[in-house]
Amino acid sequence: MKDIKNITKNQIFWPITALLLVLLFNLFFTPGFFKVEVKDGHLFGSIIDIINRGSPLMLLSIGMTLVIATGGTDISVGSVIAISAAVAASLVGGEMIFVEGVQEYVTLVPMPIAILATLVVAVLLGLWNGTLIAKLGIQPIIATMILMVAGRGIAQLITAGQIITIYYKPYFFFGGGYLLGLPFAIFIVGIVLLIIMLLIKKTALGLFIQASGCNASASKYTGIYVDRIKLIVYTLSGLCAGIAGVLISSNIKSADANNAGLFIELDAILAVAMGGNSMTGGKFSIPASIVGALVIQSITTTIYSIGVPPEITLVVKAVVVIMICLLQSEEFRKLFANTSWLQRRNTLENKISN
Amino acid sequence: MKKIFALLLTGVMMMTIGGCSKPASAPAPAADAATQTAETKPEEAKPEEAKPAEAKQLVVGYSQLGAESEWRTACTNSVKGEAETRGIDLKFSDAQQKQENQIKAIRSFIAQKVDVIGVSPVVESGWETVFKEVKDAGIPLVLVDRKADVPEDLYVCFLGSDFKEEGKRAAEEMATLLNGKGNIVELQGTVGSSAAVERLDGFKEVIEAKYPDIKIIKSQTGDFTRAKGKEVMEAFLKSDGKNIQGLYAHNDDMAIGAIQAIEEYGLKPGEDIKIVSVDAVKGAFEAMIAGKLNVTVECNPLLGPQFFDVCESIVAGQPVEKYIPSEEGIYRQETAAADLPSRQY
Repeated sequence: MKDIKNITKNQIFWPITALLLVLLFNLFFTPGFFKVEVKDGHLFGSIIDIINRGSPLMLLSIGMTLVIATGGTDISVGSVIAISAAVAASLVGGEMIFVEGVQEYVTLVPMPIAILATLVVAVLLGLWNGTLIAKLGIQPIIATMILMVAGRGIAQLITAGQIITIYYKPYFFFGGGYLLGLPFAIFIVGIVLLIIMLLIKKTALGLFIQASGCNASASKYTGIYVDRIKLIVYTLSGLCAGIAGVLISSNIKSADANNAGLFIELDAILAVAMGGNSMTGGKFSIPASIVGALVIQSITTTIYSIGVPPEITLVVKAVVVIMICLLQSEEFRKLFANTSWLQRRNTLENKISN
Repeated sequence: MKKIFALLLTGVMMMTIGGCSKPASAPAPAADAATQTAETKPEEAKPEEAKPAEAKQLVVGYSQLGAESEWRTACTNSVKGEAETRGIDLKFSDAQQKQENQIKAIRSFIAQKVDVIGVSPVVESGWETVFKEVKDAGIPLVLVDRKADVPEDLYVCFLGSDFKEEGKRAAEEMATLLNGKGNIVELQGTVGSSAAVERLDGFKEVIEAKYPDIKIIKSQTGDFTRAKGKEVMEAFLKSDGKNIQGLYAHNDDMAIGAIQAIEEYGLKPGEDIKIVSVDAVKGAFEAMIAGKLNVTVECNPLLGPQFFDVCESIVAGQPVEKYIPSEEGIYRQETAAADLPSRQY
């Protein structure tokens, strides 16, 4: 019994429960949701769609978890996506060329350089946020709001207000290609997750981030460079958003400055919250946030699959999110447990353990 | 200690500089709107002053809803280009798909005392208050491309496409492609926009009245964008797959996104699933040449010349029709290659 209690105490328990509940719903109400078949040498089905579509959000939630762990927030990620998608698309390029009736693949700039340039831009944008917050002491929500508002304008400037269509086929691999039967995007998520996890588990960075989030001034007096830590997390968040921008533009083969990553910053924050992370900073779990991101994407895909009328999709989404958040709230569970068998079980448990 | 204090002071100074100058871009429009509404008040008292003398250069305010598609960009360019050739002072505002931005823009046009205001409303409802303000200021209002759900006396005329007619035409084309039988899915435009509402109504009307064997099995919004069109189509294919014989998309961009989803699913767009969309942008012609799109019903965005014709007649005091339709055609796969070079958008 004690083991079960320990499991429910684990931060990742409730996000995984939420994910399983959403999937369970689909098991009963969405025929063929779990059908995975092999098509053109790769896996194919709704589950694979969730992984593929959810990849950008998972990337964002990695960066966002770190930012929120320091007690901050980054609402500029949607705009960073728009900018990096615009940079990538305009560098990789855009002209459909036919040579003797066959479509040729052209790039304006070699693809590795284009992607490197995109990521450099994303890192610079993250640094900008970090500088405003860590060095100039502007409140995070205000500092990142600058880029959130102005960023889409910058993206529109790059694309000249147009949707840039990309015609270079190798570029499509990032967001639409498959490796070992799985979407390539999930491998990118995996690599980023691995690197960040190594960074925070094998070095003191994780501890420092947690410490700055718990109590910034105490951390400062113990010798942690809190502003440097903040600079690092906002830069990482920018980088994650940049990679997400590449994935999104690659998947839809175009860059849309107006709509790429629109409102995704809210989904990213929601993913972190669903992962059971505290918005005030401190203790954090990146895997839990990633599960949170998967929950959000599962809800979206479910709504499309079961054919919810478009007028009420947002309401449905809201209701599900509220239910999941209530499920995660300990206070709410206690309230619920008072009138149920859970309470009896708990008292029994206590008696046994005593 | 002094050094630290000095450092702190500079820090605070920089903070205030950064804190004031940068975020100012965000709250500024709200402040503008407030001052503008204040400015309009004295104007309401003497509306006759809003109309300048005939000889003066015509000043036109135009609130575009955004730049969500190639179609919209073509419309914007047409209006801007025409204003330049005619020497009209155009105050152009891009609302980025937000009604509140459009309302702010319209209020700023009132404050600037323009001669005519043109609006392409992003959604149908919620315009009465601001249109009333325009009327009270004595400025004629022209609705361009999209309708608004307001009493007729609040605007001078509506210039644009008949979306319902487009929906009806699309339905006829779809019925021909499917020989009057099959299951179709629908990608709707932005929920609540007149384009989406009427293209849906027109399409449904014809299908229900004339083709009982055609069924709309799924319908979901794709927000007029490629990304959403693709994502929604992916989900449709997963749940209904080979049951789908036709796709009706409310614009070309969603159809282009859906085409990618259909190809990835392993079906042939244009053959296994017949596709009819609305707009006729260049991308649609490229898709038709590649055999992936069957028909696109034109929705002409080159409204600039017609719009300024209307503006000039209004200012000259000539009567104008309440509804001025724009000229539109239907383009099919067979003729796409020949049509493409002559397309402007």
